[in-house]
Amino acid sequence: MNMKLLGATVLTLATLLFNPVWAEDAPAVDRTATGGAQTLEDIMARQEKLKVDESFRSENLGNPGSAAAITEQLGTRGGVSDADTWRGIRYNESDIKTQARGPAADVLIQDGGMPWYKLRQGPIITYGGGALLGIIILLVVFYFVRGKIMIDGGPSGNKIERFKAIERFGHWLLAGSFIALALTGLLTLMGRSFLIPVIGHEAYSTLAVGSKWLHNNVAWAFMLGLVMTFCMWVAHNIPNKLDWQWIKAGGGIFSKSHPSSKKFNAGQKIIFWTVMVLGVSVSLSGLSLLFPFEMPMFAGTFSTLNGILGTDFPTALTPHEEMQYANIWHSIVAFAMMVAIIAHIYIGSVGMEGAFDAMGNGQVDREWARQHHDLWVEEVEAKQGKGGST
Amino acid sequence: MKVMAAAFVAALIIAFCAPVVLNQFEWSSAEQGSSTSVRLD
Ligand code: HEM
Repeated sequence: MNMKLLGATVLTLATLLFNPVWAEDAPAVDRTATGGAQTLEDIMARQEKLKVDESFRSENLGNPGSAAAITEQLGTRGGVSDADTWRGIRYNESDIKTQARGPAADVLIQDGGMPWYKLRQGPIITYGGGALLGIIILLVVFYFVRGKIMIDGGPSGNKIERFKAIERFGHWLLAGSFIALALTGLLTLMGRSFLIPVIGHEAYSTLAVGSKWLHNNVAWAFMLGLVMTFCMWVAHNIPNKLDWQWIKAGGGIFSKSHPSSKKFNAGQKIIFWTVMVLGVSVSLSGLSLLFPFEMPMFAGTFSTLNGILGTDFPTALTPHEEMQYANIWHSIVAFAMMVAIIAHIYIGSVGMEGAFDAMGNGQVDREWARQHHDLWVEEVEAKQGKGGST
Repeated sequence: MKVMAAAFVAALIIAFCAPVVLNQFEWSSAEQGSSTSVRLD
């Protein structure tokens, strides 16, 4: 009985692999009856959400070569009918002349707006917000199960310098601006759904204008903080063999042991690289949003990805679609960063005795340092032994 | 803690300076579509 069930499950899963639904293209359509124009099959296929090859429309833009003489019908239009013109506008193939000088002013029709809007108001808010609540709940549970990570035997009272003033400055520039960006970003994303019903349009408008100002401008401090911390700490964050042992020991989090570590342990290196990689990505997509239509990045990124992964991402994007992708990507990356950072803030403050001092005044308890970064303490002490008490 | 406060103040100073500096380069998103950037050529 169980074997049968298992067999059936495997079979179902296997058929899924070959199921054409995954990337189903509409079957080829014979359009001779309509002279090459849209058929009922095309319309039905689109309704079934099949991928319709639109080139029969997007490339059917008239033929100047067969233009009739000026005295004939359609003569003055150079072999292009009204329908051809509208298709040209629809597929952004027309040479639009307009007095409006915005960079995207010559795109008269683009249809990415509603899918973008729905994605942003729906799944982005639901899953993004859910992830934030999820990590907070997880940390609360962790706090009650594991408790605060204490210094075994208590603090020694003897201090050792962990971060110089400039390092702490860089960290807090990054952290202060990130928190401002996270709060104002969430306000911009979720305000319409959650705040307007509570505080009304007028109050929200003031809040939203202020939050947009802060978000747009404090971003520069974030980028500076990112560059500063990268330059100061990258050398200490190169992965090595020790990290593997630290990870295998689970960081000693549950076994209450203290795997060896230099200045940064594997967990911190993960935070470092998460912040750096996602930080650059959120900055680039943010710049692309800050200077609308001036820095399109997705068509290029997609074509590189297609080249490497053999994927089929669209590479012909209207300026608006570029902005829509930048916006969605910006929020996804921001949520991933917020999840990582909430865990980081927890362990750097309430989660571990003695950790905050490292970024507070730069001096940590020697016993804390011995337990969490034994090899780093040895290095520092060896240096001090050699070069006096610096 | 002083350094932390200094960094927060620095973040705000940068935020206030950013639009001013960007304007020098005529690099403002707020300018887009406003009368100065509309040319009838
Ligand atoms: C209130 C918020 C925060 C607190 C209390 C905090 C605390 C700390 C502490 C105590 C350290 C030093 C750990 C050690 O001595 O080994 C540290 C390091 C670090 N922080 Fe923060 N931090 C905060 C926010 C942030 C934010 C928002 C970011 C980035 C967006 C960030 C990025 C980093 C990085 C990259 C490191 C070095 C790697 C590591 O130690 O994990 N921090 N933080």
